[in-house]
Amino acid sequence: MRYIEQEKVVRRMNGRMVVNRVFQGLFMFATALALLALVILLYRIVSQGAGHLSLDFLTNFASRFPDQAGIKAALVGSIWLMAVVAPTSILLGVGSAIYLEEYAKKGRITTFIQMNISNLAGVPSVVFGLLGLTIFVRALALGNSILAAGFTMSLLILPVIIVAAQEAIRSVPGELRDGSYGMGATKWQTIVRIILPAAIPGILTGSILALSRAIGETAPLIVVGIPVIIQFLPEGVMDTFTALPMQIYDWSSRPQAEFQTVAAAGIIVLMVVLLFMNSIAVFIRNKFDKSY
Amino acid sequence: MNTATIKTKINTAQPTSVEQAEKESVYSTRQLNLWYGNNHALKNIDLEIGENEVTAIIGPSGCGKSTYLKTLNRMVELVPSVKTSGEIQYRGRNIFESSYGVEELRTRVGMVFQKPNPFPKSIYDNIAYGPRIHGIKNKKILDEIVEKSLRGAAIWDEVKDRLNENAYGISGGQQQRICIARTLAIEPDVILMDEPTSALDPISTLKIEELVQELKEQYSIIIVTHNMQQAARISDKTAFFLNGEVIEYDRTDAIFSNPADKRTEDYISGRFG
Repeated sequence: MRYIEQEKVVRRMNGRMVVNRVFQGLFMFATALALLALVILLYRIVSQGAGHLSLDFLTNFASRFPDQAGIKAALVGSIWLMAVVAPTSILLGVGSAIYLEEYAKKGRITTFIQMNISNLAGVPSVVFGLLGLTIFVRALALGNSILAAGFTMSLLILPVIIVAAQEAIRSVPGELRDGSYGMGATKWQTIVRIILPAAIPGILTGSILALSRAIGETAPLIVVGIPVIIQFLPEGVMDTFTALPMQIYDWSSRPQAEFQTVAAAGIIVLMVVLLFMNSIAVFIRNKFDKSY
Repeated sequence: MNTATIKTKINTAQPTSVEQAEKESVYSTRQLNLWYGNNHALKNIDLEIGENEVTAIIGPSGCGKSTYLKTLNRMVELVPSVKTSGEIQYRGRNIFESSYGVEELRTRVGMVFQKPNPFPKSIYDNIAYGPRIHGIKNKKILDEIVEKSLRGAAIWDEVKDRLNENAYGISGGQQQRICIARTLAIEPDVILMDEPTSALDPISTLKIEELVQELKEQYSIIIVTHNMQQAARISDKTAFFLNGEVIEYDRTDAIFSNPADKRTEDYISGRFG
């Protein structure tokens, strides 16, 4: 007695094929829709802003005359901001990840910390802005400086970096750890010589993607009180500054139509910076990628 | 080189009685119990492991043989919630003493794992890893250690022209001999092998078995194996583990020709396990 009757299988075949096709089409449609939105967005920005792009746009300070408005202060300010955010967030993030993965005993407290880190990644950036305002700007009296804004941004992306670094560390095979411990290596030697070199592509990719998020964030900067119009370049981390998304936000909220093209040009600059950072991430991943 | 080591051994052994020197045990295990959480994995183990011998540990899956091996260099403590009682004397000192650092123990007791686990580094850096973590920086000394260890693991001729290539580029059998060479590079006293050939093809297995025979002249080797023919071929003594207990421990030829316990006989004749 056979349980699968060939006749029935053939009879049902057509229906199965139709369902198969329908879902294939559905998923393709979803992809196409997302792609279309991206293309329209890019087209609008480029067609609007490309005309305003010039070397002057990169070397001029902000101005109330649209044709003279430039992005110099914001571009340099964003680079300063990254110079604070990158080392702070990567050092703290990778340190926490190493602690949680290699040192912390698995138990209720670790699970609780882990859960809260994941939750923090979902907290709106405005809330981090308020935190930065309370702690760094007011309590530590850093004012609306690069340092205060940088620390705030670091807190914002810290959970993302921790989770990415944890995943990278966890994906290092246990046999490699055993091999190292089995030869009398200490935990620290094993971490530095075996685990981190193997985990570094994952850690850096995650970190750079997190930094890309930080460079595009506006809300925390507004809450921390970063000014928009700045006619000088910062000379140190205690100076105030402005950043690309702040500048773009300001231009796009102005009533004059000409400023819309200036904002579009600013967005192009921001996108080029983002693209550059992401390509670094891809480059690092390919260069360090090792099979094990 | 081998004759030289043997000579020194005889020289040092001569003042005392030769017989006594030969019977010296490397490891004495007394009343060892081990728990994973509530799982009583090793029960009242008593074992004496001799110097310059190959000791095989056999038994069905889950009998505690790997656990016992990993206890000998305290790798088992990497598993959370492990508890032990009793003692293991290594060269006369209890390895569970709080003043005994695991790092120190593991430089005397090397380990080769079931799955070849070279580091994702060059062959040279794999072998030099142990000496480097123990503080050797001199390039000339490292070169010498690398060559000596690779020769000791009978793989020098196969890899001497590709020392700077990644160790993942060679075959599994070669990788396992690289791992043995890596262990030799820390100049251990004892080598623990946890089913070192279970992931290898028959020819690579044969090479490792021949190697074990050569290595026992200088090292004491304890090998866990699933393969009873392998235990019969290469070991001097065999311990049969079952459900966390040592059922029988004797000279290998005695165990295989004339086992004292019915359960040992059933196991080696393939009636279970």
